[in-house]
Amino acid sequence: MTLIVRFVLLWALLIGGATLAQAQERSSLLPNVPKATGEPHPEGNEYWRKNHPDLLRHDRNLTVRDGNREIGASLKSCFECHTTTDDQGTVLTSASPDHFCSACHQYVAVKIDCFVCHRSTPDGVDEYEAQAALLPPTSLNDADVEGIVAYLKQGDPVADPPAISKPAEVGQ
Amino acid sequence: MKMPKLNGAEISRRDFLRSGSAVATLTLAPGVTLMAFGGSDAAAGTADAGKRWGLLIDANKCDKDCSACVTACSTENGWKDNGRPETDAQWIRKITLKNTETGRETTMPMMCQHCEEPPCVDVCPTGASFKRVDGIVLVDKHTCIGCRYCMMACPFKARSFVHEPVINQKSDAPRGQGTVESCTLCVHRVDKGGTPACVEACADAGFEAIIFGDLKDPESEISKRLATYSSAALRPDLDLNPGVRYTNL
Repeated sequence: MTLIVRFVLLWALLIGGATLAQAQERSSLLPNVPKATGEPHPEGNEYWRKNHPDLLRHDRNLTVRDGNREIGASLKSCFECHTTTDDQGTVLTSASPDHFCSACHQYVAVKIDCFVCHRSTPDGVDEYEAQAALLPPTSLNDADVEGIVAYLKQGDPVADPPAISKPAEVGQ
Repeated sequence: MKMPKLNGAEISRRDFLRSGSAVATLTLAPGVTLMAFGGSDAAAGTADAGKRWGLLIDANKCDKDCSACVTACSTENGWKDNGRPETDAQWIRKITLKNTETGRETTMPMMCQHCEEPPCVDVCPTGASFKRVDGIVLVDKHTCIGCRYCMMACPFKARSFVHEPVINQKSDAPRGQGTVESCTLCVHRVDKGGTPACVEACADAGFEAIIFGDLKDPESEISKRLATYSSAALRPDLDLNPGVRYTNL
């Protein structure tokens, strides 16, 4: 009897330990923040997680308006350390859910429009393939043109004027 | 809790005084001090109110078959020809002037004239269009709503609207759909002590038709040339005092 209890306990311990180890490595409940390179922020990650929008907004005004290029927070300097690559070593853009910014922003469903204008990778990386879906079609084929012409001609007052109903005569 | 000091994140009173108005003091005698406000901000790494950046374009030296300045600007700032001239952005273009009586043709580059009294800034409803203290006229795309009022106000057709989504921008020249943009006088290079890409490209092509410098410094090459030779501001009737000047038109 005691032997069986011992076995069960040992088994439970093994399973429990394995689950704990997994939980420490990666929790499916929290965003998987990609690892950064370089020196850590002296202010600490918690400070940056909370304050990065204000820091970026404040310092962007210093740069654009006053020409101050020696600022603490800029997207360009973010990607010196926070560039994310996939297993093949391809640099990920903001279109990827594993990109440093997207990992959290998609998790909390906060849309950022930084990357409408700014690039989401360091200079020199070709973002074209990853972001090409954002581009409009480069040329219209004949079918497209016919479709547009047909759409524009719908209810064209010149081509087919609406029937004018005669006002009812009153009081003969 | 005292927040850690970040550059620019929390501006102390001391920082504010240092960046807003540099104070130069000179002690003449014990108890007598001369103070001057608004001196050079160069030490603080910001735009310097003591300077006014400008260009001088010599139309005689501009080759009619050369467009090195346009190519260099496009490469530097990442705008390009998509084959749709009605909507493509154009920060700088080559234009040709022809005297119909004599037949003499002159070519020259045209870009934002970086006016002292910029009409684009006057009309901007959001304050996105602004002039830096050193005279460079820019669009703050963070506040631009793309109304294009500035494009209508500009007498030089210098500004473009970005109609299409943009990818693969340059880090130093962010640009995106729905905003207005124009020549920045390569502000990212100027802030690091460099010269605009068009000026470099013109010199590399062997023409040296464009020179860049500080209009407020009488010792600068551009000021000396302006003092020696005749030059013209485009549309002088509008009294905009542009920072871009032309000679030999």
